[in-house]
Amino acid sequence: MHYKRVENFKRGLRVGIPIGLGYFAVSIALGIAARNAGFTPLQATVTSLLINASAGEFAGFTLVASGAGYLEVALMELVANARYLLMSCSLSQKLSPSTPFIERIGVGFYITDEIFGVSMTVPGSLDPLFSLGAAAVASPGWALGTLCGAVLGSILPTQAVSALSVGLYGMFLAIIIPPARRSRIIAAVVAISFGLSFAVNRLAVFNFMSSGIKTIILTVIISLAAALLFPVAQEDSDG
Amino acid sequence: MDKYLYIGVMALVTFLIRILPLTLIRRKIENRTLRSFLYYVPYVTLAVMTFPAILEATQTPISALAAFIAGILLAWFGAGLFPVSVVCCLIVFVVEFFIV
Repeated sequence: MHYKRVENFKRGLRVGIPIGLGYFAVSIALGIAARNAGFTPLQATVTSLLINASAGEFAGFTLVASGAGYLEVALMELVANARYLLMSCSLSQKLSPSTPFIERIGVGFYITDEIFGVSMTVPGSLDPLFSLGAAAVASPGWALGTLCGAVLGSILPTQAVSALSVGLYGMFLAIIIPPARRSRIIAAVVAISFGLSFAVNRLAVFNFMSSGIKTIILTVIISLAAALLFPVAQEDSDG
Repeated sequence: MDKYLYIGVMALVTFLIRILPLTLIRRKIENRTLRSFLYYVPYVTLAVMTFPAILEATQTPISALAAFIAGILLAWFGAGLFPVSVVCCLIVFVVEFFIV
């Protein structure tokens, strides 16, 4: 039992390596944004260590730079990070009901799009040590990238940043496509998600919504429609 | 100094969003629709975040579209997280070497 948990942690560490590399590349841009907003490299790094969220941090830096108040910044974080609320609900069903409080907080603190994604690929219930293993590698990558961006500006040539910036999307595809191959329903849900997301992002009518809001609204509508049309049996939803 | 107050506000709001459902929902949800909804959330949200956002991540949408299609094919035929991710990066690099 104990040995198995150590193994889960190590498995998490391995999965965390590509995530950490991707984070390092992506967060350089975030460090540059932080510097432009008047944050010192130390402040930018602390922000990344505490928050681990690209859209939330980026929106926060931009607002602070424009002289916004604390309430405004709090509301912005609520909106930009609301998808983590949904992910947290999903993860609550993936944990064994006996998971202790402190481990729940640990998993919650490190919910990011990528760590959530890999956590959901674990067969059966999720050992929090798996997610924490991934976070132990990924989070330093995120913080170091932010630090480099804030200190050195663009240390990498544009071509390299451009190439690295699709790495995280590649990872998302590797998470959602294999289940889509096994289930026609998931394949249809994924295809419809791509299509509607494309439409909502291209139609000018929806321009008043931030990308975070669009993500939340589309996620709720499409997932709810799928749940009503194709409810899953108990065994399926246990993953 | 007040930068740290801003950081504190951002961190607190984000922390609460992340931990409240995980700590408050401690048992399996029995409602079938709600359970099905949460089952579909990961696939939908990752798909929505990937496309079309990937097209704006690179210097030209063409390289990103090539990486997107290659990523789907590779993942379909069983490649893991790391290989899919690396190949997507390489495709962008190679395509942009020729057309940017």
